[in-house]
Amino acid sequence: MITEQESPSGAGQQLDEVVIRFCGDSGDGMQLTGGQFTSTSALFGNDFATFPDFPAEIRAPKGTTFGVSGFQVQFASKDIHTPGDAVNALIAMNPAGFKVNIADVEPGGIVIVNEDEFEKVNLRKCGYEDGYNPLDDEEINAKYRVYRVPMSRLTRESLAESGMGAKDIDRCRNMFALGVVYWLYERPLETTIGFLEETFTKKKNKPEIAKINIDALRAGYYFGETAEIFPVRFRIAPMKRKPGTYRRIGGNEATVLGLVTAAQKAKKNLLYASYPITPASEILHGLARMKQYGVKSFQAEDEIAAVCAAIGASFAGDIGVTGTSGPGMALKSEAMGLAVILELPLIIVDVQRSGPATGMPTKTEQADLLQAMFGRASECPCIIVAPSGPGDCFEMAVEAVRLSVRHMCPVIYLSDGYIANGAEPWLVPDADSIEPIEVTHPKASDFAEGFLPYLHDRETLSRPWALPGTPGLEHRVGSLEKEDGTGNLSYDPDNHDAMVRLRAAKVEAAAKFIKPLEVDGPESGEALLIGWGGTHGSIATAAEELRKKGRSVAHAHMRHLNPFPSNLGELMSRYEHVIIPEINLGQLSMLIRAKYLVDAKGINLVRGRAFRVDELMRRIEAAIEGRVFEEAMS
Amino acid sequence: MSDSNGATTSLPVYKPKDFTSDRDVRWCPGCGDYAVLAGVRKTVANFGRRKEDYVFVSGIGCAARFPYYMDTYGVHSIHGRSLAVATGVKVANPELEVVIVSGDGDLLSIGGNHTIHAMRRNVDLTVVLLNNKIYGLTKGQYSPTSEFGKVTKSTPMGSLDFPLNPLAVAVAAGCTFIARCIDVDAKHLDSILTRAMKHKGLSFIEVYQDCNIFNHQAWFYASQKETKPETTVLVEHGKPMIFGAEQDKGLVRKDGRLQVVTLGDGVSESDLVVHDESNQNLAFMLSQLAHPEFPEPMGVLYVDESKPTYDGLLHEQLDHAKSKGGAPDLAALLRGNETWEVTA
Repeated sequence: MITEQESPSGAGQQLDEVVIRFCGDSGDGMQLTGGQFTSTSALFGNDFATFPDFPAEIRAPKGTTFGVSGFQVQFASKDIHTPGDAVNALIAMNPAGFKVNIADVEPGGIVIVNEDEFEKVNLRKCGYEDGYNPLDDEEINAKYRVYRVPMSRLTRESLAESGMGAKDIDRCRNMFALGVVYWLYERPLETTIGFLEETFTKKKNKPEIAKINIDALRAGYYFGETAEIFPVRFRIAPMKRKPGTYRRIGGNEATVLGLVTAAQKAKKNLLYASYPITPASEILHGLARMKQYGVKSFQAEDEIAAVCAAIGASFAGDIGVTGTSGPGMALKSEAMGLAVILELPLIIVDVQRSGPATGMPTKTEQADLLQAMFGRASECPCIIVAPSGPGDCFEMAVEAVRLSVRHMCPVIYLSDGYIANGAEPWLVPDADSIEPIEVTHPKASDFAEGFLPYLHDRETLSRPWALPGTPGLEHRVGSLEKEDGTGNLSYDPDNHDAMVRLRAAKVEAAAKFIKPLEVDGPESGEALLIGWGGTHGSIATAAEELRKKGRSVAHAHMRHLNPFPSNLGELMSRYEHVIIPEINLGQLSMLIRAKYLVDAKGINLVRGRAFRVDELMRRIEAAIEGRVFEEAMS
Repeated sequence: MSDSNGATTSLPVYKPKDFTSDRDVRWCPGCGDYAVLAGVRKTVANFGRRKEDYVFVSGIGCAARFPYYMDTYGVHSIHGRSLAVATGVKVANPELEVVIVSGDGDLLSIGGNHTIHAMRRNVDLTVVLLNNKIYGLTKGQYSPTSEFGKVTKSTPMGSLDFPLNPLAVAVAAGCTFIARCIDVDAKHLDSILTRAMKHKGLSFIEVYQDCNIFNHQAWFYASQKETKPETTVLVEHGKPMIFGAEQDKGLVRKDGRLQVVTLGDGVSESDLVVHDESNQNLAFMLSQLAHPEFPEPMGVLYVDESKPTYDGLLHEQLDHAKSKGGAPDLAALLRGNETWEVTA
């Protein structure tokens, strides 16, 4: 890869990992800027993890604190698991972004601001007192390395000859800022130049827009080089990885690829029925573009129609999938009960967000576990899986389909906003080596004694998936209780008891087919940390750091939540303490305590964002030592 | 359908009993649903499709038990959701003949949203609304089609809501086949249902159905041979709208509205409105005709064969994507546009 010419200041200072955050107005293009920095770092060979943080309002009033959009990325020459806690370098495009994010910057950290925006009106809009400019604040300048760059003016000056309007020119400021940061961290420009050409020249046929963006990017880069306001550059070497082909992948994107792969591996069409909802809509968008793979996408009139269409599609032989977030799953709950009693394949994707009700739609949470377990009328068990990170969404989406068709049972797939919007490097799997998903549809000749639609397989407890259009297997299914075997309606008390138990046993039967829970760290010791979902990175990092401090702490991350992996009870018995960090008030803790009578201790913070590793470590230590954690919430 | 070798096998000759499941029918004796069930069995036996290709779908309510009594594929779903389930069935396999039979509470109250959206999408489904203007299974509360002021268990002083007009809703929602008939008129039901199933798009048939327990005789004015000629008008494409025991009355258009006239006295058949199934405005006007001021229209009010079906369009997009995108290449899909190699 070609890098731009070396800086006169010589080779950069080597760093293992860096956390940077871009922030500005929600219209400032911060998500795109952060995404480009990530792509560039990925292709450069760094490990990375990202955290986009944006308001629900598409364009909140300009310059206000609640309209601030941020994108954090940690990139490293070593294996990392999270987007990082303390920010090493903040790029603030306006005072509101500065105000909202400055507290997250480490003492001594770099703060690059668009100085031009720090004027009276903007400072007032975000609530600074008249006459106060934080850039002139001695305390701030003592605490951080603040670099004032007149980005608006420099962008305009560098594009003055372009002949383009002021509005188009001003929209290139983010590329100017990105150029400065690329210089600072010795990043090549090619990836972003290629992206701008592809987006504006090829797709939108606006080469003039591509040109001014590229010129602004270069202008920023050369500014870094010639202005000499930065005393040092930083170099983050590529990391050593398992050989193979890598790509960057986001959680929702991996869910899309997993579902498509599952359908291909099952040699089935797939219907994805969904109603738009943050943060799950991207899955609908992604699957809508997969028609050549036999994927039908259906934007339904509401959440209930979406799940019901998926059920109808499964009855007729497609793999029915519906996707939503927590409030949407609540609306689907009756229909999910229908799928349970019909014993049909159905995958319900729940990309969890902060609640209750509308809550904080763009913020993450893990508080739908008990809804997934129990949030339906009567005894209504579903299989539950949960990916542990963006890349793992692929594997768990395939797993969800596999379990659902094997057991003829609905599977809830619990992703979350943090996983869905985050991205990481992904070793592209070998498509051929992924196991096929066995699906059989019976014919009339398979039943010498007559067809029994509710005849259950002894091992999987699945029933035959007989498809309409098959001669001789005409049968009716319905929401009324079934007689075991015939599937006829039955009000017989003992039959109902047997069927309630059968539906529960079916979920339990899946345990025979799922991988035992693996432990990262010592096989026995002081504490076992059990997590699930998007907290994987922070718990894994905390466990690593605690082991470095001499603590004998292991981490097990559950990707199957119902049924539990069969070795969970035995695993927990090998440690003095079982500690369960969750972004809820203790939902997995409750399930584990109830099932195993283990005195599991929860670490529970529900702030709509991931745990900070340092705080998590302190809380884990407190839990091990039996102390009440007294630190004020930060 | 064809057999597994792709060869077309000849269609068996069916009788209604071939479509009769082994389940005992559990409707109340005298319920109007019996006549409809008998009629539907007969129609599908003669329709020219294999029994394995039929899927009957329903929601919840007395009428919604219907699929259990048909020896075809069937789904008795949950309250109000029959059209959503049926949409999924049809989208998965457009070759199937999907028929929804459900009641007024199911299709117009709890499931009203799905009814209008399936109509506007023009999913190729046949919907038979058994309208008895009452909640039967829950023992007699007023329904969305009950008349204003109806005294029921839940409205002892009379209901306060005005009824929904199913046919007018269908016109407004862009439904492409709109018809009405009455439970006891088996022959008429047969002809309408046959046309409805043949129609490519969403067909909606309102059947006046008698609940002889909770709302007995609600439709007697329209079903009894003594009153029927005066209270209903049979609309047939290309024919003037004539009714009355003596065939002496008709409908004319005056001041932009339909009005009843008596033939003779200077009014002749040629003055009457001639039914035009393709006229959506006329269909809406017909949908507004209500007893006792007007005869209520029976027959096919509206047909639009030109609108494509949702399931047809979706499969066209699939075929287009497959021919344009080439053979599925999973490995390429997983790699995406931007990769990097790590070597040992």
